[in-house]
Amino acid sequence: MKKILIPIFGNDISPRFDLTAEVYILNVDKSGHYQDERIVVLPQISAEHLCHLILTENVHVVICGGIEDEYYQYLAWKRITVYDSVIGPWQAAVSRYLDNSLHSGDILDKLKEDSIHE
Amino acid sequence: MRDQPAIEGLFSSPVALKALIDEIPMGILILGPYRRIITMNRALEALTGFYREEAAGIGCHHILRSRICFKECPLLKLDKHSEPLSYESDIINKDRQRIPIRVTMAPVIDTSGEITGYIETVEDIRAINTHDAEMHQAFSYSHIIGKSPKMERIFQMLPLIAQNDSSVLITGETGTGKDMLAEAIHESSSRAKGPFIKVNCGALPETLLESELFGHKKGAFTGAVENKPGRFRLAQNGSLYLTEIGDLPLALQVKLLTFLDDKIVYPLGSSKGVHVDVRVIAATHRHLEQMVKAGEFREDLLFRLNVVRLHLPPLREREEDLRLLIDHFFNQFTTHFGKSVKGFTKRALDILKTYSYPGNVRELRNIIEYSVNVCQDEHIDSRHLPAYLTETPHEPKPRNEAMEAPQPMQTPPPRAAESVQGKNWAEIEKQMILDALYQAGGRRSKAAEILGWGRSTLWRKMKHYKIS
Repeated sequence: MKKILIPIFGNDISPRFDLTAEVYILNVDKSGHYQDERIVVLPQISAEHLCHLILTENVHVVICGGIEDEYYQYLAWKRITVYDSVIGPWQAAVSRYLDNSLHSGDILDKLKEDSIHE
Repeated sequence: MRDQPAIEGLFSSPVALKALIDEIPMGILILGPYRRIITMNRALEALTGFYREEAAGIGCHHILRSRICFKECPLLKLDKHSEPLSYESDIINKDRQRIPIRVTMAPVIDTSGEITGYIETVEDIRAINTHDAEMHQAFSYSHIIGKSPKMERIFQMLPLIAQNDSSVLITGETGTGKDMLAEAIHESSSRAKGPFIKVNCGALPETLLESELFGHKKGAFTGAVENKPGRFRLAQNGSLYLTEIGDLPLALQVKLLTFLDDKIVYPLGSSKGVHVDVRVIAATHRHLEQMVKAGEFREDLLFRLNVVRLHLPPLREREEDLRLLIDHFFNQFTTHFGKSVKGFTKRALDILKTYSYPGNVRELRNIIEYSVNVCQDEHIDSRHLPAYLTETPHEPKPRNEAMEAPQPMQTPPPRAAESVQGKNWAEIEKQMILDALYQAGGRRSKAAEILGWGRSTLWRKMKHYKIS
């Protein structure tokens, strides 16, 4: 069983870990099936509080956008796997993770329309 | 592969946009109408850690990751008539660094007059912030020097005042440093990279001043052959410093009040207002409350400007600063003029310490500049000081020019306050102690608090002046 936490901003992964107001938490079993999922609205916007939540929730994997090195290193030290600078819809990020093809810095969906000039 | 965007019609042959914007050392971001990135320059690639190819087509908040994106995207406020907007914020780049930035954004208007996209410049202000920390050394703030309790109180308030965006009113006698204080507020504020525009309200006749401040449309009056933006619009995203606000004609006071209320300026000859984002800092050596009573200054404007008020004390009330300032100006001018003067004789220092400085810090500065220039010896003596300090008795300046701090005391001004000018330091200090004791109802601890001294200092000085 693995617990994944993703700071979210609408349908996308939040561009900033420290300014996130909502997180998506998901439990998946060994075969990659969703066990339970929920969205938590944070009482306070703060990187410290979010780190605290990650630890108290016993999260194994964090998928986020921009994160300061201080918090990244702290989570890594706590043996939490962090995929940072990931851009795109958070549901696409979960699929990529479950496919074992997610990397830090991935741009999951170019979010482009047909033409660059729209 | 898509063609690289090019600029046509500017040079004799089309030029790649990339080649043009890459030469600019400041981050540039070009967005489409839906705030998606079209391209960015090399400086922004270095700042954010993203390459333009991967960033193209993505919403700018995913790449820039600025704090302001999380509040409300400022681009949404821009319409085709908008002036550029400027904000200080921070970003987190791909290297996980948090970087303070200043971002300026403007709409891109096509030839038919419609918004076709946006352009943003992003400036890394880490160096400026470090410089700020160096600027605020002990006993000084920006270029203002002092360690007296009254100045320390101002230094403590300044960072807070600078960071909020309220109007500021600076009062103080001539030569106390009102201009420097206004600049210090601007430089410490989030508008520091914006313009600091100074207008002397007493220097121009009413009609010219109105056009100077608010601008005019072509043909608004005889001689108005071109549109003029006016100082308010020039100060966009910065601060407008209105010095000698007490000399502002009543008609313009109304216009200024209107601006302070709705932040819109109406150029002469135009019925259409222009929204400008400017912080107003006003200063005067006049007593505005008295002017209100005399009907020379609008009470509502005073209330509006009085949101934050800073009073700079005259030099005669800054005993602790006098030696500090003498040494500061001495070092400054000996270095500047390359003189090998080592210091002052005791006699010269005594004269400097007992003079009452009606022209305040400016006068002290001029005295030291003169003395350093004139002195050919190792030490500045009394003969090197300006003659008026040693030869003729000093004529004090009329009191009506001087200002009291805005309601510094609960009680009416002490009985002898009107005769403070023209006395030497010892007399002034003695009077200050008596006044404080009077205010404190004889309680020494309270009097020491009013003076900003420790109890032992007050006790020592009372003993020195034989005050029982």
